[in-house]
Amino acid sequence: MSLTDQEVRHVAKLARIELPDAELERTRSHLNTMLGLIEQLQAIDTTGVEPMAHATELVLRLREDRVTEPDRRDACQAVAPAVENGLYLVPKVIE
Amino acid sequence: MSRANWEVVIGLETHAQLNTASKIFSGASTAFGAEPNVQASPVDLALPGVLPVMNRAAVERAIRFGLAIGATVAPRSVFARKNYFYPDLPKGYQISQFELPVVQGGTLTIRVGEGEKAYEKVVRLTRAHLEEDAGKSLHEDFHGMSGIDLNRAGTPLLEIVSEPDMSSSAEAVAYARALHALVRWVDICDGNMQEGSFRCDANVSVRRPGEPLGTRREIKNLNSFRFLQQAIDYEIQWQIEQIEDGHKIQQATVLFDPDTGETRMMRSKEDAHDYRYFPDPDLPPLVIAAEWMDEVRRAMPELPGALAARLQNDYGLSAYDAAGLTASRETARYFTDALAIAGAAQAKPLANWIMGELAARLNREERDLADSPVSPAQLAGLVARIADNTISNSIAKKVFDALWNGEGADADAIIEAQGLKQVTDASAIEPIIDEVLAANPKSVEEYRAGKEKAFNALVGQVMKASKGKASPAQVNELLKKKLGG
Repeated sequence: MSLTDQEVRHVAKLARIELPDAELERTRSHLNTMLGLIEQLQAIDTTGVEPMAHATELVLRLREDRVTEPDRRDACQAVAPAVENGLYLVPKVIE
Repeated sequence: MSRANWEVVIGLETHAQLNTASKIFSGASTAFGAEPNVQASPVDLALPGVLPVMNRAAVERAIRFGLAIGATVAPRSVFARKNYFYPDLPKGYQISQFELPVVQGGTLTIRVGEGEKAYEKVVRLTRAHLEEDAGKSLHEDFHGMSGIDLNRAGTPLLEIVSEPDMSSSAEAVAYARALHALVRWVDICDGNMQEGSFRCDANVSVRRPGEPLGTRREIKNLNSFRFLQQAIDYEIQWQIEQIEDGHKIQQATVLFDPDTGETRMMRSKEDAHDYRYFPDPDLPPLVIAAEWMDEVRRAMPELPGALAARLQNDYGLSAYDAAGLTASRETARYFTDALAIAGAAQAKPLANWIMGELAARLNREERDLADSPVSPAQLAGLVARIADNTISNSIAKKVFDALWNGEGADADAIIEAQGLKQVTDASAIEPIIDEVLAANPKSVEEYRAGKEKAFNALVGQVMKASKGKASPAQVNELLKKKLGG
């Protein structure tokens, strides 16, 4: 499998990565190399093997349902580019 | 245009906010209505280096829901990242579940319609999965910018997905209502729709009978049963008209505008999100041991369906009464508490009072059953006095009012204090009858001439003269005797 320029642009857009035309070919070649590795993995017969989501044997740790976080709004907002009335301000978004 | 030639297919996705004290992956509070961002911890803000830690109570609520709908609670389930960019989602992904959700399958029995035409239907559920809510974007003008409040970010949600088993807006609403009652019954969600604790997305499509499924459109974020009904009805009509006019339905996400009663397109399939789900490396699989399941199962309350069946079998109540009494856990508890005092023979009168006079009164004064001025014990006492003929039904309404207004501790005290005891002593009723007969010679004549109506008028006069206290049955009997004699 080999990605087209159009597919590479689409992936970049989904990831919100700005991709100048000059870097398109290099990026496409990197991605195709990775896809080649995945093709090798996919060639292995995994019939009857349960899909694995994580490589460790760990199970999820659970915490008790207690409010332990104090209000740290001032500290958090001190590093924000713009705040007003306790809100974080961001470039206008309307869907 | 007629709907008769069309089949409607509806599936619902419901977000129920779980009633935990803290968030799903952080120790920040979930309380509603706080100042913006005071409940947004570093984890909720996605500051660098933070890691999510799962809230046990959120999992426990998912188990409760799974047990309540007879689903498979997965012994092992997996959290996944759902990737998209929006400012109220600081991580750039929502932690959700994709391939292996915690609750799989299950069913919910719904009751549609009222009276003779009411019917039951079993709706299959596909799945329910745990996920985190996003924050809120405020689009009022902040100098050309949007304001972001992340208090809601990380609030635990259970997304409950049904199969496309509903075929009308009435069925969709019945399903949503039954689900709403159930999540409150098993106490996993407060069900507050104004605050967004319970909201529905409806997938709607239409087809001619026998044809394959039509293309669906998804109506987002319906936060009242009325809007759910209106939005689906509008959407069905719109889709049918489009197809009959020769257009094809395009898959799309739409919003319902309550002001116009119309749905409008939010995004088409072309710009549908490509979420690129993958297992979240920060969260190993969620493992639920059989022991934990058993523990949760033992602590579960009797479920509404089981209780409704028991009310019909053990107390001879109708399906309608049983459904009404199990519509909420509060109503069911009120009924069973009153029944325990009044005894099984009073099941039907109690049901009538609770769903009739009491419900109407609470409704009129916009009060919850929990703050009813008339307690289950007081209602049981009242019903007992009707059963033993101490008072008639019409006097009982007076006593109920008096109880409501706090005029006495129980029915007996009010009956005594206000002299409402039914008069069953013939020697006390007879003089009243004689007076009434003497004062209404015309009615007497009419009755003797064969007019039954005149008899009822006389009974009414006697009841009135006795201030409602005479036993109606006895008045009937004595009056007949006197007129016949």
